[in-house]
Amino acid sequence: MSGPSASPWVDLRQVTVRYGRVQALDQVTLCITPGERVALVGANGSGKSTLLRVLNGLADASGGFQCNTDMRQAMLFQRPHMLRTSAQNNVALALWLRGTRWRDARLQALTALQRVGLQGIAAQNARTLSGGQQQRVALARAWALRPDVLLLDEPTASLDPHAKREVEALMADFAASHSAAGPARPVTMVFSSHNLGQVKRLASRVIYLEHGRLLADLPVHDFFNGPLPEAARLFVKGELV
Amino acid sequence: MSTLTESASTALQLTLSSDPVLWTIVGRSLSVSATACLIACGLGLVLGAWLGVARFSGRGAVLAVLNTLLAVPSVVVGLVVYLVLSRSGPLGALGWLFSFKAMVLAQAILVLPVVTALTRQAVEDAERAHGEQLRSMGAGPLLRALLLAWDERYALLTVLLASFGRAISEVGAVMIVGGNIDGFTRVMTTAIALETSKGDLPLALALGIILLAVVLALNVLIALVRRWRERVDGSASSTPVGVAA
Repeated sequence: MSGPSASPWVDLRQVTVRYGRVQALDQVTLCITPGERVALVGANGSGKSTLLRVLNGLADASGGFQCNTDMRQAMLFQRPHMLRTSAQNNVALALWLRGTRWRDARLQALTALQRVGLQGIAAQNARTLSGGQQQRVALARAWALRPDVLLLDEPTASLDPHAKREVEALMADFAASHSAAGPARPVTMVFSSHNLGQVKRLASRVIYLEHGRLLADLPVHDFFNGPLPEAARLFVKGELV
Repeated sequence: MSTLTESASTALQLTLSSDPVLWTIVGRSLSVSATACLIACGLGLVLGAWLGVARFSGRGAVLAVLNTLLAVPSVVVGLVVYLVLSRSGPLGALGWLFSFKAMVLAQAILVLPVVTALTRQAVEDAERAHGEQLRSMGAGPLLRALLLAWDERYALLTVLLASFGRAISEVGAVMIVGGNIDGFTRVMTTAIALETSKGDLPLALALGIILLAVVLALNVLIALVRRWRERVDGSASSTPVGVAA
């Protein structure tokens, strides 16, 4: 397993999450440092989304959990929820919820939409946009917050190939940018994906989960070229999805 | 069957005759129920939305009581309001008994559980589907409740219709607290009850037909507004799959 040396953004020690009788995460120990681009991979139900929810503070977990709360987070979901209002208002809402005045939030929202190439549809109702456009609005919503950490739960899973490429390019652009803390602090990105090509292109580190347990945590090169546990090897070969 | 035919004929004649007494009663019915619904919606939408999102100990008991209140008979509500507004009651000094205000109060109390319970269900479903994303953006329970209620505004129009239907069709509460005073507190339902007791069944049925026609017209109007707004605002699901950019 990789051993980060810088001050971590998050440090999980034997974290467990249960949903009733289902063990979604089983004693996961994990440390993520600022600037890392971590991919979570594994079969359906392996605990990727739950781990992202724990990192975002959305799921109750038992075990040790230390997080640098100074670092701002934003999360993207597989199917972003757009309120029944304009794309600009959808982006502005996220800023308003973090304390920005509504008028300023709308101006900043427009800038964020420009960044994802959607300034032309700012006034259009977000519900009428295509899946790819909605995901880009969600990215603009995240980007507008200038987060230090970006969490993405299978952000391209439900998109067609063209939209997938667009969103992936924006993710790469996002990862390459620096956070609100300045150029010295790059954006930390944690994303789950079934697309191993995307993992190779975007990640610097890969975590493999199975039945809620963390089975492999390796730099991306080692994950695809080095020895792996049997289940992870089958997953990489495409025999376990 | 002949009574029904006669009633339909009487209803048509009454409608065409532009009888001022009839239209005053229709207008009073609409204004009492509309005012009551506005008051109940003001409270019930916020309360229901909050109940759809908030999690606290005893919530199950609160919901059980709320759902039970859905079945409360209108005469019971009327009786309670009567006791509260009667001269010896706690609000007797207001002098509201046998007035428009008393009927509005009774109907508002009657439909409040309807608005609250249906709103709670709509918002709770929305919270289950999308609440996590709003939580992730930093929205607390009350803001989430209000945002989800606003987002479900077209679904909540149905709640408005249901509550209005409950209000305008009830007779027990307005009869007790209004007193069915001619030209003052007589509404459609109390007029129907009166004509039935007098044995004038065709007229009673005709009034019932007019009442239904008024409600039908209102339903159609709201449905048209809803369809128009949904077309303008976009009613597409927020969870598109494989749609081209």
